Amino acid sequence: MATPASVHAHAPQGFIRKYIFSLDHKVIGIQYFFLALTAVFVGMFLSLLMRIHLIWPTASLPLVGTIQPETYLSLLTMHGTIMVFFVLTTAPQGGFGNYFLPIQIGAPDMAFPVLNMLSFWTTFVGFVVIICAFFVTGGAPLHGWTGYTPLSALPSAGPGEQLGADLWITSIAIFCIASLMGALNFLTTTLDMRAKGMTMMRMPLTCWSWFITAILGLLAFGVLLSAGILLLMDRNLGTSFYVPLVVVNGQVMGHKGGSPLLWQHLFWFFGHPEVYIAILPGMGVTSQILSTFSRKPIFGYRAMVYAMLSIGFFGFMVWGHHMFMSGMSPYSAFAFSILTMCIGVPSAIKTFNWLGTMYKGRIRFSTPMLFAIGFVSLFVSGGLSGPFLAQPVLDIQLHDTYFVVGHFHLIMGVAAIFGIFAATYYWFPKMFGRMMNESWGKLHFFLTLAGTYAIFMPMHYLGMAGQTRRYSQFTEVAYQTKLLPLQTFMTYAAFITIAAQFIFVINLFWSMFKGPKASDNPWESTTLEWTTATPPPHDNFGGVTPVVHHGPYEYGVPGAAKDYVMQTDPTTSTAH
Amino acid sequence: MGLALLLLIWLITLVSTYFFVAKTWWLPVGASAAAGWIDHQFALTFVIMGVVFLAAQLLLGYIVWKYRESPSSPPVEYSHGNTTLEVVWTVLTAILFIGLNLMGSNVWASQRFEPAEAGAVQVEVTGMQFAWYFRYPGADGKYGKTSVKLMDPSAGGEAAVGLDTSDPAAKDDIVTGTMYLPVNREVNLNLRAVDVIHSFFVPSLRFKQDAVPGLNIPMHFKPTVIGEYEIACAELCGLGHYKMHGMVHVVSQEDFDKWVAAREAEKQ
Repeated sequence: MATPASVHAHAPQGFIRKYIFSLDHKVIGIQYFFLALTAVFVGMFLSLLMRIHLIWPTASLPLVGTIQPETYLSLLTMHGTIMVFFVLTTAPQGGFGNYFLPIQIGAPDMAFPVLNMLSFWTTFVGFVVIICAFFVTGGAPLHGWTGYTPLSALPSAGPGEQLGADLWITSIAIFCIASLMGALNFLTTTLDMRAKGMTMMRMPLTCWSWFITAILGLLAFGVLLSAGILLLMDRNLGTSFYVPLVVVNGQVMGHKGGSPLLWQHLFWFFGHPEVYIAILPGMGVTSQILSTFSRKPIFGYRAMVYAMLSIGFFGFMVWGHHMFMSGMSPYSAFAFSILTMCIGVPSAIKTFNWLGTMYKGRIRFSTPMLFAIGFVSLFVSGGLSGPFLAQPVLDIQLHDTYFVVGHFHLIMGVAAIFGIFAATYYWFPKMFGRMMNESWGKLHFFLTLAGTYAIFMPMHYLGMAGQTRRYSQFTEVAYQTKLLPLQTFMTYAAFITIAAQFIFVINLFWSMFKGPKASDNPWESTTLEWTTATPPPHDNFGGVTPVVHHGPYEYGVPGAAKDYVMQTDPTTSTAH
Repeated sequence: MGLALLLLIWLITLVSTYFFVAKTWWLPVGASAAAGWIDHQFALTFVIMGVVFLAAQLLLGYIVWKYRESPSSPPVEYSHGNTTLEVVWTVLTAILFIGLNLMGSNVWASQRFEPAEAGAVQVEVTGMQFAWYFRYPGADGKYGKTSVKLMDPSAGGEAAVGLDTSDPAAKDDIVTGTMYLPVNREVNLNLRAVDVIHSFFVPSLRFKQDAVPGLNIPMHFKPTVIGEYEIACAELCGLGHYKMHGMVHVVSQEDFDKWVAAREAEKQ
């Protein structure tokens, strides 16, 4: 194991070096976590305004006033962008990955602590830039989180497409740079910093998920960064990468010969791996928690690793399934469609193995476990609409309808968020030294599971009936107006679900200061973070370098003194 | 706690399934030649995924309840998995998913790999913020020239698509805001967009295709039931996206001929 020179034996003392510009991966992890928490509340507030506008388009709201159709589209764009980048990419990888990857593999810190600090602060700048888009003249862009050109490339194509759109794409470019730095750090740390005995096949599945996510990030964000720079050039320097000869509002634009589909190819080459960037860490933490709270080894550890690797591999070959209706060659649709179906196979393997892990276990219903079980349920529900959308012929009806919105919200939205909740309840004691309140946690879980299904399941019905997405009102198309009662139901469900999230926030902050003190291993888990003090010291293991003797999920070992064997236990013999 | 979880998961599963099976909300009645095929493939996918959905969710609910920890529960089975089982469910899932996919591919091929039948009605569809225009080539079967310099969206009609009236082929071109089609005849569309991407979506005809600036996308279909069908733009195109609405009138051949004659008469 290599020890980087920058790991100090002594923790920094000043407030700024300790809490603001810290090099400690644990502090940086917590910084990422709170950035994502801030972002998720912004994103959720935007979705609340959207749900209100859909049902009561003329309502005048306090502070906000009456929402205009173009404002609705700005809310939608910013909701998607903030959630995908600053929540679903930031919390699972930047937050929990940063905090627990080094500890779980027995390292004192990340491989490049300075780079780690830089990647957080770069992400932070990206977040500030995107928030600024709300406050500039013209407001935030209305082109959706996918930013399809030429709409996103032409300042005259709509309100918000001026400075707001420049800030939007600049923010994404900054985020890409930050994620590239983070990915390099994760890869190097995983490959180079593992403790003695911590072979790749003894790593917890969480570490595998962060590792594979980092590979995806390294390959995907570079492409989006380049695509974003080209878009900025089209917008500001008069180039025509994405814009052919077009006439907007009777004015001939100065572009010629560009290809709108080029943006879609580049965007989705990033965009599809991105959904796995959001969900893979959730799969990792779900595996960890299901095994821990079923008191049983994970079912099919190797199959789980291979499944994640093949999801990552295939994830780069399916981007065209977002483009079946785009005018792309219909022949390529065949290839993209078959490869997309192939991704269903490792996803199904994971589900089987999660059920196999709980089967014949002794399940403890602590809050982290509830959210992990919820993850499995949502993963199944969101996953099974995938084979509909993977078929080009069904996309003729379903593409760009609420069916798609329901599909990706269940799987990469809510399931990934359940992964984040599970991780929060599970690791909170280690991070903050106190326990969260279990009763509030359980109430939060039941309301959130029921609430999210009530919001997103009806979207599938709407999509089948032909309700198009990104409509600010349903008053102009007769068949869509008939579907309004279901939309109204979803808005009420959203009110309840959003209200339930305050239970979580109150529990989080209250427990941080007032919760009962946590022991070093409150869940009787086996991985390395539970062998060290709570919260862990600056160098993670207090000057000791752990030596690993076992696989990560040795529960219920026959003949062992307890029903779990720590990875560092030198005496007991296990099968893995 | 295990029981509460079982009840919630089962309740969600059964209520969701009820509304699917009762078809409370469902695909609109199909009115084109492809609708039967598409709906068949949808139904097949729906049944297979529905069974998997029910089985997985009900099993999940059952397992968490059945194997909850209690003082009397037996020690867990110390097992790291079962390779045979892994192989079996991998192969089964692969066959199921890929087989299902191949079954739907002939519909896609017939619509997209082969050109429209001879004698198809020719219509050019132009999308712009926030309206659809339909152009028929007239008796000469040829579309007249258009030019971006002549485009004037505020004038509507021929001026909106930039029709060059000095071109002889343009003399008998008809440009309308409502689409008329004869029943049971194939339609050959050419889709264009002048500003940003739009998407021509007619749910009842099971038809959707993006109209992309810079591209001229040919696509064909055959309406089979007389009626009026709504067009909804399906690609975000700006602040008026939600009201980029249009109508397709599918009429008898006789009524279609009358309609064309009346439009030509208006032009003179």
